[in-house]
Amino acid sequence: MKKSVLFGALAATTMLAGAAAAQGTTTLDTVKARGELNCGVNTGLVGFAAPDANGNWQGFDVALCKAVAAAVLGDASKVVYVPTTSADRFETLTSGKIDLLVRNSTWTFSRDNDLKMDFVGVNYYDGQGFMVRKDLGVSSAKELNGATICIQTGTTTELNLADYFKANNMTYTAVTIETNAEGEQQYIAGACDAYTTDASGLAATRAAFADPENHIILPEIISKEPLGPAVRHGDNQWGDIVRWTLNALIAAEEYGITSANIDELAASSQNPEVKRLLGSSDDLGAMMGLDKEWAKRAIKASGNYGEIFEATIGSATPIGLARGLNAQWTQGGLLYTPPFR
Amino acid sequence: MAAVSDEPKASFRLSMLIYDTRYRSFTIQFVVLCLVMAGAGWLIDNLLRNLSALGRGVDFGFLTSRSGYDISQTLVEYTNDSTHARAWLIGLLNTLLVAFLGCVAATILGIFAGVLRLSKNWLVARIMTVYVEVFRNVPLLLWILMIYAIFTDVLPAPNAFRGENPEATMSLFGTAAFTNRYTAVPWVSFTNSAGWLDLGVVWISLDLTLIVGAIVGGFLTNRFLIKRAATIQEATGKRPATWWQSILALFGPIIVVFLALGADFEVPELKGFNFVGGLQVSNSLVALWLALTLYTASYIAEIVRAGINAINKGQSEAAFALGLRPGRTMNLVILPQALRVIIPPLISQYLNLTKNSSLAIAVGYLDVRGTLGGITLNQTGRGLEAMLLLMLTYLAISLTISAGMNIYNRSVKLKER
Repeated sequence: MKKSVLFGALAATTMLAGAAAAQGTTTLDTVKARGELNCGVNTGLVGFAAPDANGNWQGFDVALCKAVAAAVLGDASKVVYVPTTSADRFETLTSGKIDLLVRNSTWTFSRDNDLKMDFVGVNYYDGQGFMVRKDLGVSSAKELNGATICIQTGTTTELNLADYFKANNMTYTAVTIETNAEGEQQYIAGACDAYTTDASGLAATRAAFADPENHIILPEIISKEPLGPAVRHGDNQWGDIVRWTLNALIAAEEYGITSANIDELAASSQNPEVKRLLGSSDDLGAMMGLDKEWAKRAIKASGNYGEIFEATIGSATPIGLARGLNAQWTQGGLLYTPPFR
Repeated sequence: MAAVSDEPKASFRLSMLIYDTRYRSFTIQFVVLCLVMAGAGWLIDNLLRNLSALGRGVDFGFLTSRSGYDISQTLVEYTNDSTHARAWLIGLLNTLLVAFLGCVAATILGIFAGVLRLSKNWLVARIMTVYVEVFRNVPLLLWILMIYAIFTDVLPAPNAFRGENPEATMSLFGTAAFTNRYTAVPWVSFTNSAGWLDLGVVWISLDLTLIVGAIVGGFLTNRFLIKRAATIQEATGKRPATWWQSILALFGPIIVVFLALGADFEVPELKGFNFVGGLQVSNSLVALWLALTLYTASYIAEIVRAGINAINKGQSEAAFALGLRPGRTMNLVILPQALRVIIPPLISQYLNLTKNSSLAIAVGYLDVRGTLGGITLNQTGRGLEAMLLLMLTYLAISLTISAGMNIYNRSVKLKER
């Protein structure tokens, strides 16, 4: 153990030396020269990022990786997916092993500032919830006094849980687990009464159960968890590329651009907003070091935000999440992208 | 004749550092030391520079800030308002607890298995061989996970104890419950507890201090009584009866302490989601402890076997010739000599067990790796600092164990006069 830590420290030394040496070149140049985008994703959370039966990564987070790769490299398949645990994800990003982290990570003040990362946007507005077995007869999180709760270590949920129980004058016993799969196993075996994580994660976990109908997600959402992609602090150009790729996917839904009609719209749309976004009129891409059709390729990769949502985690999928806060601002949601001009 | 013993005038010249064999080795060692230090310094400097270039200088300030997370097993007072430094202490105590329990159990089991493996009874010897080979040749992590998985999947959830016709019933005359989360057993509670003594960093339970004091005092008194009886026997040839004094000295004080504190047995009861009252030993602790014990004991068994085999056969033959039974031969003749061979490798096994206890994270047992190197590291993002402190912690624990065992080793090793 000690040995491996020592070697780890040595490796970190050399890695940091490498990162510092690479500071002269931008992430964009590095990615282009490599020809591949290293994208940090979850080790396996159905709907968000998980390999399918053929070993191809699929999911809501994966779609953003693909969109960025399409925008930057022109090919949505040029992505190397690096599975990261909740414990090592930020080190993986700051050390330069990945260019982009899309791993249901909550945007918080200290992560943004102290850990020297930049969250460039929010791709899913989430909140922490609880899942319990139906036959437990619990209908509110306020009834969980004295319960044993499974929780993934190294996440903001750990702190929220402590705060929530303290605020409500309740006690609990935490069963700390390392990965979502382990939590699932403990929860199913009854080693904990409740499982807590982001509500979207709970829905995804429940979808993979043999008997999803016997489990309920309690109505209380005890925290704000804006999940978003993060990049290293200091390379604003790369941050802008990821931010505006995400914005392009959201704007595409707002303007009604889908993967089906995108070619037609690019050729014939008279809407100046659409023309600017798809590069039919202005060359917005050049302002951040990309070509004219970056957004068109990004949207084509897996469709607009709404299409991605419905295909991976939407109500038609086993995960069955409603749009809720993640609807367009015109539909009463929080998705609101700044104008493309 | 003075001219012969006259040494040349000791005029030291710088060139002697290279050409004089008396000084050359010092010079070489000094230069190599400087190079090694410079190399290490360069690596550290490189790391620090690059970290500050990334805006992440080394800063231990996080230790004094509020931790904000809960730990399920705390040996001393801790809440989520405590500092990260205190969480470190809690983790350290949890590490020491499982390491201590593991070392004690592994030593006992290891000696038994090692001795029995040499048994003339074919079946017993083979069973021990199978045990040693099975545990020694499978990675420890797998044993930990498997034992934990067995606990989780086989034992009933607390919920199963509920209702008129529960699926599971409490064991040991309805006083203990084995669940898939923890084992709840009766435990003493004190009605007029002596409270806690606040020492700033640690709170010391006065109840525990009194109990430990009573036990130690009893032992010391008993030893004095036996010594006095021996002196009287030497002087008069008659040994006074000490058995009732011994019993009084050993058990008297502890009974008095318990009565004074108003000791009461508290039986765990199912209330709400979980059992309340009594003592709850979490399955993660038991699984970790069992796995560490079984795994390390298999190594200790081999060390013991080697130690016994190292003793000349003539020793046991001589003991048999004197009419000593096999059991006494082992205890009085073989094992004391074998200890000299056994102890040095045994120290390594203790160190291994302590370091291996960092696998606790696999079953969610929050040892020092889980608190400082796990949650604190994740929440503050101070990876380098936390890992440095963690390494220092394990180094300090290991050196302490080593030092203690070396003192013991010195007391049993062959004294050449």
